Amino acid sequence: MAMLEVRDLHTSFFTPAGEVKAVNGVSFNLDSGKVLGIVGESGSGKSVTAYSVLQILTHPGRIVSGSIKFNGQELVDAGESVMRTIRGNKISIIFQDPMTSLNPVYTIGNQLTEAILLHTDRNKEQAKQRAVEMLELVGINEPEKRLRQYPYELSGGMRQRVMIAMALACEPDILIADEPTTALDVTIQAQILELMQDLQKKLGMAIIMITHDLGVIASLCDEVIVMYAGSVCERGTADAIFYHPAHEYTKGLMRSIPSIDDDERERLVPITGTPIDLLNMPAGCPFAPRCDNAMKVCLTGRAKEVRVGRDHLSACWMNVKEGSERGVIRTDEEGQITAIDLEGNMDVTAEGGSAQ
Amino acid sequence: MSENLLEVKNLKEYFPINTGFLRTTPLKAVDDVSFTIGRGETLGLVGESGCGKSTVGRTILHLYKPTAGQVIFDGKLVGPDTIKEYRRRAQIVFQDPYSSLNPRLTVADIVGEPLDVNKLYKSKKERSERILELLGTVGISSEQMTRYAHEFSGGQRQRIGIARALASRPEFIVCDEPVSALDVSIQAQVINMFEDLQRQFGLSYLFIAHDLSVVKHISNRIAVMYLGHIVEIAEANELYHHAVHPYTISLLSAVPVPDPERARASQRIVLEGDVPSPLHMPSGCPFRTRCSRATDKCAESCPQLAEVAPGHMAACHNL
Repeated sequence: MAMLEVRDLHTSFFTPAGEVKAVNGVSFNLDSGKVLGIVGESGSGKSVTAYSVLQILTHPGRIVSGSIKFNGQELVDAGESVMRTIRGNKISIIFQDPMTSLNPVYTIGNQLTEAILLHTDRNKEQAKQRAVEMLELVGINEPEKRLRQYPYELSGGMRQRVMIAMALACEPDILIADEPTTALDVTIQAQILELMQDLQKKLGMAIIMITHDLGVIASLCDEVIVMYAGSVCERGTADAIFYHPAHEYTKGLMRSIPSIDDDERERLVPITGTPIDLLNMPAGCPFAPRCDNAMKVCLTGRAKEVRVGRDHLSACWMNVKEGSERGVIRTDEEGQITAIDLEGNMDVTAEGGSAQ
Repeated sequence: MSENLLEVKNLKEYFPINTGFLRTTPLKAVDDVSFTIGRGETLGLVGESGCGKSTVGRTILHLYKPTAGQVIFDGKLVGPDTIKEYRRRAQIVFQDPYSSLNPRLTVADIVGEPLDVNKLYKSKKERSERILELLGTVGISSEQMTRYAHEFSGGQRQRIGIARALASRPEFIVCDEPVSALDVSIQAQVINMFEDLQRQFGLSYLFIAHDLSVVKHISNRIAVMYLGHIVEIAEANELYHHAVHPYTISLLSAVPVPDPERARASQRIVLEGDVPSPLHMPSGCPFRTRCSRATDKCAESCPQLAEVAPGHMAACHNL
């Protein structure tokens, strides 16, 4: 059993203009000690997925259906009192913007000890001790002095370190990092990523890394989920996603980022059009209006998520097309597609299907 | 006609900061910066936030009055006599497409404003034709011209900002982080547009950004800034393959590569600490507090840019 199991999660925002389906049937597992990356553009539902797990959605958003199980315990209808024992204690979060996510009128020390006093039996003196320890752990010099300082007295990188210290103070099992380095400079980003990698090894927690930066994903994550318009379009190991992208959106994303190694200055291949309007979702694949290879079937029906490699799933009609052209589609007795062996690394007997 | 379109000589921009009763300390945002930009060339300017790269862009355009130094545009010194003409021929595209467009004007009026200011039309008809042409250039359709900025997405707004910059037929555009507020899939569209416009109109760019992959893609030459100083400047590929300044080297190694195998193999050179406050600049070389190679000499004097290879300059004592 995975530590965190999310099944068919639907989260919507009920705005005056209509229901915005921000998360539309997302499922994933997270095992302890693993780093899961969620990548997607703004509005793809990656942050809302994380907020749903912690149930810190703001009005008018709420979870419509689905299940979130943490160590077997259902969280969706668990209620506030249960959630309060989970948040910051078992599952913590670091937000994108270290400037706005610390309270400007409390000292660093005050904010750090708050979580510790709330979730452990430590008294004030011990909590302060723990806060100093945590600041040392995240590499902040003169921790005693910092405890008395206010957020505005620290630099952006330092504030993000304080956020990490706060999130890790109660030794959570899962750390959700919501674009933790987007607001930071590259050299500071490198420091924070290095720190997160170190701490992950030292404390053995699982991390959900939410970002739009494919470089950050590549350097940190074991598994990757690619999201578009509230749904998962592709998932797999980092190697599978980067070396054998199967979904047209992922392929487009990879083509559209300039490579630092490209000396020839080849023209970028952008994804055409603009991100989808979540109020008016098309019936078919949400990416179809921007997809260069969209077919008739893409406009009418969504492709099901199918295994396309050993550790790799994708939901794209193009995979079905390519699979049938190459004759690598496997079906069950009823003719339902069970797998498409695009990478040629699937064991026939293990999958239980037969080549068509 | 001189070879270089723009020449910046010993540019300085100090902001007075109140540090006590009747006391001000100069914040040296840009300290003695010199470079040139050729016709049709793109000079990339990279550095961390607070290093003064945006201030350089704005001071060149005389949006801030330079504390010292000269800006020579097309062979003429920019001063009170030439500023009006210069403002028409040099434009800027801002980082934030949300705050840089007037929310009370229609798109047509936003793009038309530079035409009004510079009196670039003879009749109303000519004005609206020019606006349509400009919007067409950046891919905004004619029926959208009566809309307001808030009705557009981030990428479209940035296109409107570009159309406005193009309105006065400039030769030089300062691009101040024009793609960093955009989504990855939209970034590529806007980058391609900058490249197309450069070819079409023979534009020169000063392209300011912190994303090194983007800067490398679009620039012919790149200048690296640290705390108000240019520490290294070279042709783009040369800089990426043969960087010599310790700051450039660590900056390049800090860029996360979207390739898992190489990311696992690569050794990041993680810089210790933060950028010092520009109000309390270290003596000598500004980078010495974070530099692994710093020696006593670095604390004594500030190194000057010196040629290390043809067209490749770096400012470091330990080369």
